[in-house]
Amino acid sequence: MYKIYLEHVSYIYGQGTPFEKKALDDVSLGIREGCMTGIIGHTGSGKSTMMQLLNGLATPTEGRVLLDGYDINSRPEDLLEEWKRLPEYKNLSKGAAKKAIKREVLRRKRELCFRVGLVMQYPEYQLFEETVFKDIAYGPQNMGLSEEEISKRVREAARFTGIEEELLDKSPFDLSGGQKRRVALAGVIAMRPEVLVLDEPAAGLDPRGRDYIFEGISHYQKTTGSTVLIVSHSMEDMARYCDDMVVMAEGEAKLHGSCKEVFSKVSTLSEVGLDIPQITQLMTLLRKKGLAVAEDIYTVEDAVLALRKLLQKGKGES
Amino acid sequence: MSDIYIHTKDLCFSYTDADGKIEHPALNGISVDIREGEYVAVLGHNGSGKSTFAKLLNLILEPTSGTLIIGGVELTGRELSDEEVLQLRKNVGMVFQNPDNQLVATIVEEDVAFGPENLGVPMPELRRRVDDSLSAVNMLDYAHHEPHRLSGGQKQRIAIAGVIAMMPKCIIFDESTAMLDPSGRREVLETIQMLNKQHGITVLNITHYMNEAAMADRIIVINDGKLLLDGTPDEIFTKRELLQSVGLEVPQCAALIHELRTAGIDVEGTCISNVESCAEIIAEYYAKTNLHREEQDV
Repeated sequence: MYKIYLEHVSYIYGQGTPFEKKALDDVSLGIREGCMTGIIGHTGSGKSTMMQLLNGLATPTEGRVLLDGYDINSRPEDLLEEWKRLPEYKNLSKGAAKKAIKREVLRRKRELCFRVGLVMQYPEYQLFEETVFKDIAYGPQNMGLSEEEISKRVREAARFTGIEEELLDKSPFDLSGGQKRRVALAGVIAMRPEVLVLDEPAAGLDPRGRDYIFEGISHYQKTTGSTVLIVSHSMEDMARYCDDMVVMAEGEAKLHGSCKEVFSKVSTLSEVGLDIPQITQLMTLLRKKGLAVAEDIYTVEDAVLALRKLLQKGKGES
Repeated sequence: MSDIYIHTKDLCFSYTDADGKIEHPALNGISVDIREGEYVAVLGHNGSGKSTFAKLLNLILEPTSGTLIIGGVELTGRELSDEEVLQLRKNVGMVFQNPDNQLVATIVEEDVAFGPENLGVPMPELRRRVDDSLSAVNMLDYAHHEPHRLSGGQKQRIAIAGVIAMMPKCIIFDESTAMLDPSGRREVLETIQMLNKQHGITVLNITHYMNEAAMADRIIVINDGKLLLDGTPDEIFTKRELLQSVGLEVPQCAALIHELRTAGIDVEGTCISNVESCAEIIAEYYAKTNLHREEQDV
């Protein structure tokens, strides 16, 4: 079952101006529910545009974005068609119907922001509240939840992202870079989005900070069964954490499938200017040197398994 | 052996908070020598003190105590004149993390000219320096472009050109590739390599990417304001547990070699910091065990 489906989606920046640029070109793509999907592609490949389409920040020039099978950008005229079929509709005057439809479009847009949580690049620059607690609570507050529920959500989000209880009363500006990043992530998780979309969540962090962030995301995803999309340049991180992968290039989804499938098409990957994990490069070199190792190895663990078999076999038979 | 360019002995630095109270020292007694023309990577987790170290070398911050000698000039224990500080900053350039924070002009060549112009470099010389710097980073074709329309990697190369135009002896890169995509990172790393190998510029590259650190001649690891390790990439990456205990890691290839050895497969060799030599080490071991087996078969 697809949580999100992009149906022949195109997006053009500055249409009709001299700067017109096609960022997405007829993309059709399904994102599996409850999975972690990595989106990779070099700068300008259209991946950030695609992210913005998922929660209505941008509307496709052509095509539709479906969430649970419903178009997320329902236009007033579509709604009118829908409503005409309802018996209550006959009792409304034309003006009242127009107003009601307008309200409904806005309500759906708003709801979408809570259902699809977007974590931008360097989200720690968006922290603004006096305390960590208040900053994480900002989203749930806007959802109109009760004080009690908000407090529950904040603590839950803090647990997911590994923020200790005693940090909640501190100013977010007194925290380290890695901690700030996790507070920003918690602020989105506190809305309990069904879909969590993250743009380069680990950029600029040290290895430990990066592991904390990915573990937080993975913990949230596994516990709640939500769908996660991660945009990243790091193939090594993608290989470690994602189930599926999409490779974007020139506004198209060039490759899509399980990590194994995508990595097995290594040659295509280097053509679109991406870095292959170091371990996969090593395996390619070993194969060239005549060692019978599989092509689809992209984590250190898998490489150890494969090589142990091969190298110990020699020993064992002797 | 070439001359020592940067010498520090027991270098310390403490930040003071808003009330003027001295906080926990960010740098706590660093003693290190960096030779002219060396390419040194500086590793350490966030908050380890590595950026503070870089800022001391450029006198953005003044050491609290200890000795700092750069290019034979002692910079600690006395009042420095403005000219001396200016001279030092000309010699030790710095490239920061965010490309958008370090470009000041609206045209690429004007941005590159900003540094030397402020040093009072006269006109024909200025023109030559700007052109040379831009061609050194392979951006001469973009001389008349607007910096904000360039890619991240191109912007960083412009920032580097701006530093080179002041003809520095040493350039410090403070996580200059952190915000770039893989192709942008490659561009910048190739530029760094070229400046070091062809122009003999001393390079300090502060980074979180282990693969990037592996490209240097030498790695120093800073932890909790102190020098933890100092050695070649091959030496440093054999100390996997120690690195992990301070929040760092080793490149995937080095990790693989470690894992194989733990599993009792005694692959020989010390060059574990890059893909090619790791492949060689493993292939050699494979050939040896196979040969052994064939002998037994006979």
